[in-house]
Order: sequence, then C-alpha cells, then structure tokens
Amino acid sequence: MATAEDSAPPLEEQDDERTIPVRQTTSAGYGATKWKLESIIGMIVLAAFSAWIVASFVKGPRAFIQVLVIGLSNGALYALIALGYTMVYGIIELINFAHGDLFMLGSVIGAISLEQWLGQKSSSPTAWVWLAVTLLFAMAACALINIVIEKLAYRRLRNAPKLAPLITAVGVSFILQNIGIKLNGSAPHSRFSVLPRGALHIGPIEVRIKYIVVVAITAPLLLLMTYIVQKTRTGKAMRATAQDRDASLLMGINVDRIISYVFGLGGALAGAAGVLYVQVNETTRYDAGFRLGLIAFTAAVLGGVGNLLGAVIGGVLIGVIQSLNDGAPLFLGQEWTQTVMFSILIVMVIFRPGGIFGKHQQEKV
Amino acid sequence: MTTESTAPPTVRGDGRPPVLTIKDLHVYYGNIAAVKGISLEVYQGEIVTLIGANGAGKSTTMRTISGLIKPRKGEIMFEGTRVSGMRGDEVASMGIAQSPEGRRIFPRMTVLENLELGAFLRKDRTTIQADLDRVFDLFPRLKERVSQKGGTLSGGEQQMLAMGRALMAEPRLLLLDEPSMGLAPVLVEVVFEIIERVNSQGTTILLVEQNALAALKIADFAYVLETGHIGLEGPAADLADNEDVRNAYLGLA
Ligand SMILES: Nc1ncnc2c1ncn2[C@@H]1O[C@H](COP(=O)(O)OP(=O)(O)OP(=O)(O)O)[C@@H](O)[C@H]1O
Ligand SMILES: [Mg+2]
Repeated sequence: MATAEDSAPPLEEQDDERTIPVRQTTSAGYGATKWKLESIIGMIVLAAFSAWIVASFVKGPRAFIQVLVIGLSNGALYALIALGYTMVYGIIELINFAHGDLFMLGSVIGAISLEQWLGQKSSSPTAWVWLAVTLLFAMAACALINIVIEKLAYRRLRNAPKLAPLITAVGVSFILQNIGIKLNGSAPHSRFSVLPRGALHIGPIEVRIKYIVVVAITAPLLLLMTYIVQKTRTGKAMRATAQDRDASLLMGINVDRIISYVFGLGGALAGAAGVLYVQVNETTRYDAGFRLGLIAFTAAVLGGVGNLLGAVIGGVLIGVIQSLNDGAPLFLGQEWTQTVMFSILIVMVIFRPGGIFGKHQQEKV
Repeated sequence: MTTESTAPPTVRGDGRPPVLTIKDLHVYYGNIAAVKGISLEVYQGEIVTLIGANGAGKSTTMRTISGLIKPRKGEIMFEGTRVSGMRGDEVASMGIAQSPEGRRIFPRMTVLENLELGAFLRKDRTTIQADLDRVFDLFPRLKERVSQKGGTLSGGEQQMLAMGRALMAEPRLLLLDEPSMGLAPVLVEVVFEIIERVNSQGTTILLVEQNALAALKIADFAYVLETGHIGLEGPAADLADNEDVRNAYLGLA
C-alpha cells in the first residue's frame, strides 16, 4: 500500500471547477483576457455606483439613512421570498413561478386570521401576541400548501423535460391567484397593522418602528434557516439531494421526503414574508405575488440561483437599491424603480448568470 | 459463445440459502430493454463478479438492485425479503450499499462529509468512528484530504472515496460497479487487494468489472452478461480458463 501511495503521481493544484465547469473557453489565453476585461468593467461599474451612493449620502445624509432603513426592511422580506426560489431551484432545478403567489396567499391568510379570526385591529400588547400566533399560523399554512403543491403538481414531472414543470408552475401560479381573488377580492383590500405607528429618533434621524420590527423578526428566521441547512441531519440530506439525487438514495436518504421538507421550509418563509408585508404596507392584493415574486426572483438571480447566502444578500441589495432609487437624493426617483430593478435582472442574466459571486463557492440548498 | 456449463455443479453457500437472489429480471429504459431476463445468486461471504462487454447491462443490474430503477418484470430477494419495488433509500436501509459507476460522490462536500453521509442511516457514533478509522486505514490518501471538497479530488481519489463511503454504511452486501475505473495500474492492484480484505472481514460483494481477469482472480463465482442475458456462469477459476471467455473478455487468445 505504501508503495502505491509513493508511486502515485503528485496532484497538481486543482481549481474548484472540476465538476462544475462554468465557462469553457477555447484557449487559456482567451479565457484569461476575457475574465480580466470582465472584472475591470465590473470594477468600474462598482466604483461608479459607490461614488454615486457616497454623493447621495453627502447631499442628504438624513434622507439617505432613513431610506436605507426602509430598504433594509424591504430587503429582508425579499430575502425571505428569494430563499424559497433558490432552495427549490437548488434541489429540483425548477424555477417555481408560483412562489410569489404563495407569498401573496400568506399575506391574505395572515391578514384574515389576525383581523377576522383573532379580531386584532390596532396596536396593543396583546396584539403582539396575536401577531406572533398569526405569523406561526401563516408559516404553517404556506408550508403545508407548498408541500401539497409539490406532491400534486411537480413530483410526477420530476424526470420530465424541464419545460413541463415550468409550465405547471405557471399554472399553479394562476390557481393560487384565483384562490387569492376568492379570499381577498379582486381589488386591493386595506388592512390594519398592529405594529406601533411611532418612530425612533436617533439624533436627527427618524426610523419607523415597523421597519425595525421586520428586520428583528427576519434576522432570527434567516439564522434558523442557516442552522437547519448547515448543521442538522436533515440539512445535510438536503444538500446531498441537491448535489446528486441518486447517490443520496444510495446513502439511504428518503429523497421524496427531503424535497417535501425543502418546499415546506420555503413555504414557511414565504408565509412569514406575507404577514410582515401586510404589517408594513397595510394592504393585501391578489396580484401582489407577481411583482414581489419577480423582485425576489431578481434577488435570487443576483445572489446566484441555488445559493442560499446569495439569496439573502441579493434580497437585501435589491431592497436597498430599490428604496435608494425611490427616495435618496441624486437617484432617478420612484417612477424609474421598476426599470432599474429589471435592468439589473437582465444585466445579471446576460453577464453574470452565476450571480454576483459567480459559481465558485456556490452552496445549493 | 455457448451457454454450456464449464464445470461440474458446485455447491455454493454450504447449503444455506443465497443472500441475494435475482429471478428473471427484465429492465427497460423507455421501450428499450437493457436487461432481458437474468437470474443470479450471491451467497454469504462470496465475491461474485459480473463481467461482460460495454452495454451488456451490468450497471443497469446494479442500479436495479439498489432500487434506482424499477424492473419491469422479475424479482430481487435480499435475505428473504423482496427488495425489487422498494425505493432506493429503503433498499439501502436493508443493508445494501453501492459504489456506483462514475463514482457519484458529492462534489461540494468535503471528504469527511461524504464519508459521514455514507453512514447516514447509522446512529451509533462510536461504531461510526471505528469504521471511519477503518476506511482511513484502507485508504490513507483519504485521511490526508479529509477537508478537501469531493469535486476537487483526482479521479482515483474519488474512486477511493466512493468505495469508502459505501463501506461507511456497514453493508451486509456491497455492490461495486467498476471500482478500478480510471485508476493507475498500481492502484488497480491496491483496490483489488482492498476488495479481498473487505470481503475477508465479512462483507459479501457483488463486483462489476471491465478488468475481467483481475476480477476472476479474486472472485468465487462469476456471471458473464451478454446484451442483457447471462451467457455463461460458473466458479471464477473455471471461467478464467474458459476458451470463450479468454477470447472475448480477457484478450488472451
Ligand atoms: N438512462 C438510460 N437511458 C437509455 N438507455 C440506457 C440508459 N442507461 C443505459 N442504457 C442502455 O442500456 C444498456 C445497458 O447499459 P449499462 O449501463 O447497464 O451497461 P454496462 O454493462 O454497465 O456497460 P459498461 O461496461 O459500458 O458500463 C446500454 O445499451 C445502454 O445504452
Ligand atoms: Mg456500466
């Protein structure tokens, strides 16, 4: 044995891309210059953007910071939704178009349970308790709905050509929207927030309490997710299933159950995002999932679809860019926000399909 | 090639029933038959080898035993329980592990994580640790690279990892699909030594190999697969001497 070890050729330095070839270039030289040029352009764009942000801050620091907080809060919601996209993509390579609509259902279910079943319409200490109950209920409901959707609609198409489940997801999206119309009506429905209306004053800066609450609830949820995926036995099985389904079966992993679990987790996060969305925006509408879903999907693409940490960072980034553009000095203003966001999506898909971090340290589910 | 028996009937398994029995197995990919009615047996403590040309259906048979493909017809029994029709994870929980063709290690997990996944169904930490030490003892190379990502290992190292991972399941039946593929000749010898060693430590082995001569040397019994049928079967030593086998598979006319 020792001789075999000795005589085996030494291993050369290996790159990370042995099993995940990202870009095949015809010659090493061409590849190198291309990468260099791309990163130089990337650097310039980043520098210009940073300069812009600094200028905006200098011009109106108070407005800038206030807007930034809103952006972080929105970004936290986007991150919750983006995780559902990215986890499902990571494990079955499906872009689940119905995911935004699941978020919408979460918002409607949350609003109905809080206002109609629990009778909470204004801020009070007990309302906080009922908000927590509502949050858990909406999370459970959306987890269950997502698990059922996967079982009924996607499971049997798992080995079908990719287009089949994709179209099915679009169909599921319509079904969920119609359920939304049934529950919520076809017009936007205004809702009560039980979060305090006040603001914290830190020097001249005024921060609305509701935004702080959203971040304070989202952050532990994201940490819990990370813990589940990285540390638990089931999390390990999720990562294994994302990397090689057949090999996972050989290990004794019940792949069907793991995929259900992933849909459950993604659904729960979408449900939480739905409840928080209503608390911040005080409205529900059956088509909220379309816009929010697209934004969250953009966030997922920004972070690299399939990359968990990327989805969170992408969500926060998108939230911040959006609100800066909405309200910070020197930016384009609200009427351009959609344009800016989807330009980012298009630019990313064309130039960086692997997300801002590239495909290198991608950890799918 | 003829199907005449090359040896007087031998008694396998000391009169005990086989551990694995495959009866009249038919496996299809869509409408194309890959396995067309094979039957074979593996007895406790044996190394049985399945050899045959490319596309004969060896890997298909292995995948079907492990429950990754459902057979269209036929039956697979393991220790008296019908495993055909079970899901892959259920078959694994019966005590069958496989080091599959193409290695199929988890590329974005470390060597250690890959090995731990091999023991996914086991609970007892101390015996898992003991088996980990045993695997590192068999493959010192893996020990040096515990925290390296599986996808960045060399092909040969990945092969060792795939085998080590299968051993971590503490299987009663170990399926090895071309464990010597892609290895340097000197390492091939090492792998065959390891297979014998694992077998002598009590694990029953079903081995698929391109390297037919080496496989026949360490095996007790052999089946030759020809486009979905068993063309020939017999004690490995007899097949190694068989003219037809030597011509067709051993390249030793
Ligand atoms: N996924 C698949 N879809 C369609 N046909 C397949 C598939 N996998 C295998 N086959 C076909 O089934 C037959 C048996 O394949 P199998 O992989 O079992 O052969 P093998 O004996 O393992 O060959 P090798 O020695 O080359 O590994 C081949 O004709 C192959 O083309
Ligand atoms: Mg094969």
